[in-house]
Amino acid sequence: MSPMPCAETDTRLPVYFDGELEALAAAEMERHLAGCAECRASLEELTELRAALRRELNFRPTPAELKGRISAALDLESANAHGAARVPALASRPASRGARPFWAGAFTGLGVAALAASLAFFLLVPAGVDPLLDELVSAHVRSLMPAHLIDVESTDRHTVKPWFAGHVDVSPVVADFTDQGYKLVGGRADYFAHQRAAAVIYQHGAHIINVFSWSQDGKRLPSDTTRNGYHLAFWRAGNLDYCAVSDTGWDELLALEKLLKKE
Amino acid sequence: MDERRVRFDAEVLPHLDAAYRFAQWLVRSPGDADDIVQEAILRAFRGFDRLRGSDVKSWLFAIVRNCHLTAVAQRARRGAVPLPDEHDERDGHAMISPAPEPETETMRRDDERTLERLMAALPEEQREVLILREIEELGYREIAAVTNVPIGTVMSRLARARAQLKHRWQKEFEGEPHAVR
Repeated sequence: MSPMPCAETDTRLPVYFDGELEALAAAEMERHLAGCAECRASLEELTELRAALRRELNFRPTPAELKGRISAALDLESANAHGAARVPALASRPASRGARPFWAGAFTGLGVAALAASLAFFLLVPAGVDPLLDELVSAHVRSLMPAHLIDVESTDRHTVKPWFAGHVDVSPVVADFTDQGYKLVGGRADYFAHQRAAAVIYQHGAHIINVFSWSQDGKRLPSDTTRNGYHLAFWRAGNLDYCAVSDTGWDELLALEKLLKKE
Repeated sequence: MDERRVRFDAEVLPHLDAAYRFAQWLVRSPGDADDIVQEAILRAFRGFDRLRGSDVKSWLFAIVRNCHLTAVAQRARRGAVPLPDEHDERDGHAMISPAPEPETETMRRDDERTLERLMAALPEEQREVLILREIEELGYREIAAVTNVPIGTVMSRLARARAQLKHRWQKEFEGEPHAVR
């Protein structure tokens, strides 16, 4: 008696193997694996194929000469960018893509395969996103709720700075930039990155900017990014990591970063 | 150095090696990989202001891939389809021809060369999805962004690529009790 072929082997199993099943479906898959020899064998094959590719495909390292050439080309490009006329981007456009912006259009295709339709439901939505980003955005959003914004209300750095000493684990840069359009309005203690972090609050026009700071924990600093409509600008200074969060434009946010870095 | 350049160096250049690995599996000769990566980095620098909020690595990969497609289209327009030169075949690695290679008896059968050769013989769309998933460890969403297709297409291509590679591997060792090692 030969067993019925298992329906999971070619559908959910590879998605599980690729780490793209959401937690509940993954747990279900693990229970299924315990009782399904066919899926176990298939999982073994997928694992072996991946290991073989990683072991046996050869890649040449980037030639030092190429790195040098790229660096020189970037220098030239930077210099040109400062002049009035930008060099036209390229001799030719990506021919096969026409006028469609290749990056923006990535998810808009209509021809979704039937396989995907049945599986999309199980996909993990935010794949591989640093939880710190979510922590920072929710700390910022929380701060905008009534009565949450400020623990110590002051436009005086000499009031805000000492207040932090007793309330958080870090001693961040605090400065008032009213003249440049960033008014210091106060400070707040927040808990994230597993420590008592500081938030220095600035007002820029109608916008609130939270500048969070916390001790470096050896983790890589995330790149600047946008989450849920809020921009997050990261930098390092002293032994602290900083992140400015706001719904201002990038230019406004980066200008504040620049001012703080000079302090 | 201006601020924009400093940020570019810090955010994008760490992915240069990955971009170069990817380019090696897209194009057929080392010189071409060099040119494509150099052009991609320059394009990335020019478009750096539009990067906000995107994943840097897959953004750069998408540019590398577009530079490759541009180069292919230019060659096709000029009617000059370069023949693989002898050196490429001996050298073995990363010299990928877009058409499947004839599987002649004279080819060496040791495992390493075999897997490379089988990879090289896959259709480009299957090969790139395997490299992006198995070597570069991109998620489905990122691969969809790089290859400019819906996620469902990524999943079906990946399934076909894995099945093809397994099938060709088993064919290679027909009669021998050999799984993909």
